[in-house]
Amino acid sequence: MAENIKSIALIGNPNSGKTSLFNQLTGLNQKVGNFPGVTVDKKTGTTLLPNGKKINIIDLPGTYSIYAKSSDEQVVTDILTDPGSKNYPDLLVVIVDASNLKRNLLLLSQTIDLGIPTVLALNMVDLADRMGKSVLTKNLEEEYQIPVININARIGEGIKDLKNLLAKKIATRNRPFLDINEIVGPEISKKINQGDQPPYLNLHQLIADKEIIEREAESIQTKDTTLRYGKINRIVNKVETLSDQKGLKIYTDKIDSILTHKIWGYLIFIAILFLIFQAIFSWASLPMELIDNYVTRFSYWLGAAMPAGVLTNLLKDGIVPGIGGVLIFIPQIAILFAFIALLEESGYMSRVVFLMDKIMRKVGLNGKSVVPLISGMACAIPAIMATRNIENLKERLITIFVTPLISCSARLPVYTILIALVIPDQYVFGFLNIQGLVLLGLYILGFGSALITAWLLNKIIKTTERSFLIMELPTYKRPRWKNVGLTIFEKVQTFVFEAGKIIVAISIVLWVLASYGPVKEMNAADEVILASFNGQDYSENEYNNRLAAYKLEHSYVAILGKTIEPVIAPLGFDWKIGIALVTSFAAREVFVGTMATLYSVQSAGDEVSSLREKMKNEVNPDTGQPVFTLPVGLSLMIFYVFAMQCMSTLAITYRETKGWKWPVLQTIYMSALAYVSAYFVFMIFS
Amino acid sequence: MSKAKTVANLEPGESGEICCFKDEKLALKLLDMGCLPGTKVLMKFSAPLGDPICISVDGYRLSLRKAEASTISLVE
Repeated sequence: MAENIKSIALIGNPNSGKTSLFNQLTGLNQKVGNFPGVTVDKKTGTTLLPNGKKINIIDLPGTYSIYAKSSDEQVVTDILTDPGSKNYPDLLVVIVDASNLKRNLLLLSQTIDLGIPTVLALNMVDLADRMGKSVLTKNLEEEYQIPVININARIGEGIKDLKNLLAKKIATRNRPFLDINEIVGPEISKKINQGDQPPYLNLHQLIADKEIIEREAESIQTKDTTLRYGKINRIVNKVETLSDQKGLKIYTDKIDSILTHKIWGYLIFIAILFLIFQAIFSWASLPMELIDNYVTRFSYWLGAAMPAGVLTNLLKDGIVPGIGGVLIFIPQIAILFAFIALLEESGYMSRVVFLMDKIMRKVGLNGKSVVPLISGMACAIPAIMATRNIENLKERLITIFVTPLISCSARLPVYTILIALVIPDQYVFGFLNIQGLVLLGLYILGFGSALITAWLLNKIIKTTERSFLIMELPTYKRPRWKNVGLTIFEKVQTFVFEAGKIIVAISIVLWVLASYGPVKEMNAADEVILASFNGQDYSENEYNNRLAAYKLEHSYVAILGKTIEPVIAPLGFDWKIGIALVTSFAAREVFVGTMATLYSVQSAGDEVSSLREKMKNEVNPDTGQPVFTLPVGLSLMIFYVFAMQCMSTLAITYRETKGWKWPVLQTIYMSALAYVSAYFVFMIFS
Repeated sequence: MSKAKTVANLEPGESGEICCFKDEKLALKLLDMGCLPGTKVLMKFSAPLGDPICISVDGYRLSLRKAEASTISLVE
């Protein structure tokens, strides 16, 4: 009887405003894990009730029915049919879109029969009103015998009422919405009426345990759903009054006639993608420079303010540059996630699926694969998780396999620094930035290789399972800035903490390895440097620089780097780049942190310059030429386009495919592709 | 029963009433989405490449491929 509610779950159809409600209730008190080790399936948060109690809220994936059709819907079914689970809620809040009452009420009728205390949150009443539909809340309450609250999740109306209600005792409905015994045969009926659990819950557990054969389960499902809709139809006729339809639907129709237009549809889609790249590169550059400046100054200040010693060196040359390497990418990641959140919030993302389905099908993907591929531009981890709503297993596997080829935001730091090093900052036609175009080219290369790989896999993998696309196209909605803002906040936070942890750890290890070396060689350093001046005059600064460079060349990290140098030399890389390649296997953005640490150790004492300047000034000791030439820069960029350098992605592929086969294949394929392509690019340009 | 009209045959702006389904598995998904025998559907538009299509069911927009639409028979 829900006296002591500790946790509630939000559930509802996709696009019913569930995320908005979750954000309204929890605000910044949310926890989302996108990285391995943390739960990835669900968003959780807390809210404070008027009676001073704090309760947990779980945001479950959107679903149309308790009979799951895809793996993200399966999460909902698994939780709601397992009262022993620690995620099993004390109370359900079912969000119902008032403008689409009938279809939304199906899920509600099912959860009621599972025996979970339920509250109905009627959302989008304003939308229904503009469509000429009005819902009599009182009648709905009577028909369903559960509390009904009118809310407007977008602007936060009714949230207080909902919280007040949650603080009170909520009675459970005492008889089922539909008597399932009318449908099932006597044998099953006998089984599901044993024990204290509601028969409907027992039925679902039997289906989950495969104790009912598939054919029969499907037949039960058909009858169950049909009968439920029959009852719902009668209820909707009683609670909903229709007046003349007003302009709202025409509004969405008008937008659709442009956005899904034969020519305009694709042009607008391409224009939006183009805008995103230009924005990432040009809008983010100013805040990035600011961050870079402050980190450099802070590092300098630290060196001056702290007493000289090992700890100061570790901070100044190891940790601070490492953290700086993470912080600098916040602007770009924020912009990228802002765009993705906007596309999803507005309802445009499903139009992209609609537009691209036929094209994607040609390469063995599904229109729904577009969403993971676009999210993959931000991060492959949530993107691979987003493949869960692809019902067909083969299409889902192919999408998972090719998603890491899409250039993610972790590659951005690497691209950014390399582009700035070797590509001139000039404009063509007065407004197209060449650096931006190169960046776009790298993204297109990643996208193209993903499509070609998918096409190949489609030829190799055989399946009998059929592919389908049955998807709602939601009405267009003005995005809520709160939702967009929270998405940005959450993603940036995750990036800073998760990537930050790895980068700081690696920075420390690297600094130690780069600062120390075999004692014999290190002791000889002074003599060798003195000898190198050959009796000529030299400044103290010059001496210190040569000493630092010598020490790095003979450090442990150099020994390690030089061991692998023969393997990467054909690609034009020296041992320092090699070290960065090895460390960035943990995560790509570590490349920049590694470079920052290596070059900080190398440059002696007082002079302070940004990483870009340091890399620009780096000279090959054998040839006297700059290390980062156009061929080397391009070769490195291409390497990073293809290489599978992300342990988190491997972990998520392992989890989502339930085995090592796919992550191992992914790594071999992508590494080979990276090596061969980088080799050819280096050969062609040098 | 020979050549019953299906949702795939509808022209934009044309509507029909669902009679039955030809594919049991797809029917399960379509039922969840509110496509029941007796429900009226209105063909709205098709994607630029002719497939998938967008239909209106109970006042909301549902997109599905032509192959799926052809499994939904209409009342003559």
